Amino acid sequence: MNANIVNFVYLVAGILFILGIKGLTKPKTAVRGNMLSALGMLLAVVVTLFNINTVDFSYIVAGVLVGGAVGATMALRIQMTSMPQMVALLNGFGGGASLTIALAEYFTVSAVAPSSFSDLFVPVALNSGAFGVGIEGTIALLAIGLTILIGAVTLTGSLVAFSKLQELMKKSYGLPGGPIGNGLFLLAALAAVASLLINPGNVTAVVVIVALALLLGLFLVMPIGGADMPVVIALLNSYSGIAAALAGFILGNTVLIIAGSLVGTSGLILTKIMCVAMNRSLANVLFGKMAAGGEKIDADEIYAGKVTSAQPEEVAMMLEVAQRVVIVPGYGMAMAQAQHAVRELADAMEARGVEVEYGIHPVAGRMPGHMNVLLAEAEVPYDNLVEMDRINPTFEDTDVVIVIGANDVTNPMAREAEGSPIYGMPILNVDKAKNVVVIKRSLSPGFAGLPNPLFAMDHTLMVYGDGKKAVVEMTTALNQA
Amino acid sequence: MEILILLLALFVLSLFLGVELITKVPPTLHTPLMSGTNAVSGITLVGALLAAGNDGSPMLVNVLGFIAVTLATINVVGGYLVTNRMLAMFKRK
Repeated sequence: MNANIVNFVYLVAGILFILGIKGLTKPKTAVRGNMLSALGMLLAVVVTLFNINTVDFSYIVAGVLVGGAVGATMALRIQMTSMPQMVALLNGFGGGASLTIALAEYFTVSAVAPSSFSDLFVPVALNSGAFGVGIEGTIALLAIGLTILIGAVTLTGSLVAFSKLQELMKKSYGLPGGPIGNGLFLLAALAAVASLLINPGNVTAVVVIVALALLLGLFLVMPIGGADMPVVIALLNSYSGIAAALAGFILGNTVLIIAGSLVGTSGLILTKIMCVAMNRSLANVLFGKMAAGGEKIDADEIYAGKVTSAQPEEVAMMLEVAQRVVIVPGYGMAMAQAQHAVRELADAMEARGVEVEYGIHPVAGRMPGHMNVLLAEAEVPYDNLVEMDRINPTFEDTDVVIVIGANDVTNPMAREAEGSPIYGMPILNVDKAKNVVVIKRSLSPGFAGLPNPLFAMDHTLMVYGDGKKAVVEMTTALNQA
Repeated sequence: MEILILLLALFVLSLFLGVELITKVPPTLHTPLMSGTNAVSGITLVGALLAAGNDGSPMLVNVLGFIAVTLATINVVGGYLVTNRMLAMFKRK
């Protein structure tokens, strides 16, 4: 097929991707946007199939069948609470695809056909212009080296992120030396890229880049804890896009570059939003532990004798006379699968004329927008899901705030205790409300490892126990009242 | 060399466009945005097809191409389907 036609169709596909993301700026147009994007993908794939000259379809058909079956099963079976795991896996597969494309391209162009594993360590003599003349050859090799590097880091990093989210890997391991160890790995991988540029026939360099980058992905993500996963997932999302764009440079393919850079920026912007919402730098999330703030704060001192607990029935009596209630969900709500129960409680309140809204902190949950998806699943209208900046001024006029499964994002120490590790982090100012109800299993600290003075305040009631059960009991009591 | 410069221009302009577009996506839709961009990054399927479909390539290249096609297809099919599933939840009132 004429190359001009192919590139024109790629342009159309690129436009459809852009329109697709534009559709995502409003919930009403989002479904159509997703369809447009999928249409763009279909066009790009079909025109590519027509464009392949000497085709061996067996590998393609096998790959599409296996991939299609796995992808469809994942997409239809996955629970909304597990969306972070799914996105983590897809990030990794995106990186893996770019990695294997770069490798295939290297072995095709260099015409290296290793027949055994040991052949991978024998350098081959290549024409100096095998990958292009002069600077073009260097850039082509640089693109191959970097695609392999970023693709492999994304692959293993995402698999670790998945294991952490799925709680297959509970502890945090890291390289001795932490960031320095990782830095040395990265430098060694870059050195291997450089040696590939100098001698394109150096197959060993390719093997070394793959090995080092796969390990680097492991070591980068293994030390990072569960509550920092929103940042990690967003960053790996970005890497998978960058790897795709780089693969576009290898193949001289325009649509890969457009799509890859859109994904790359999307991930980066989400990463930044998450970091700002935690008042931490990206470096601090990736390499630092939460700073052990000044003097050790004694939890007993804060809680002793000041914590009031309550039964769900007592809370129901409060809700009965309330005019405005704000529900603040956190990862605990996802863990307890309590989103449907929460919506039923909200329905019961609304039936009594209570105004109910949801206050969503940007880092609540395990990925950007996690809480919104769960509540949407429970058929909560998205207009009731209010962002931090808009809900915060309304807490003073709120009769009851129900905090379910959230901790650090409501800790007033972030506002008041200078020198505390979370000082400066934007929080939901739930303590400004007239009454606060916290549904929690115990007084155990959140991810930051800090006691939460909110729990000891005079107008705070603690409801201990399973989140779902407590909410159901509140609803029952409220309906009987 | 001219082509490289054109590709670079396309890359840089797409980055700027990406920033303009993504900053307008509301936080409520950030999870579908991520799964949707996962699907878009499955565009590597195009590159994978080119790698896998080359008749007469050595076995290693074909196998790498097969892996690339499989992974990219998972992203395309899984990404679009799960995004659609989520967005349908946001649509109903």
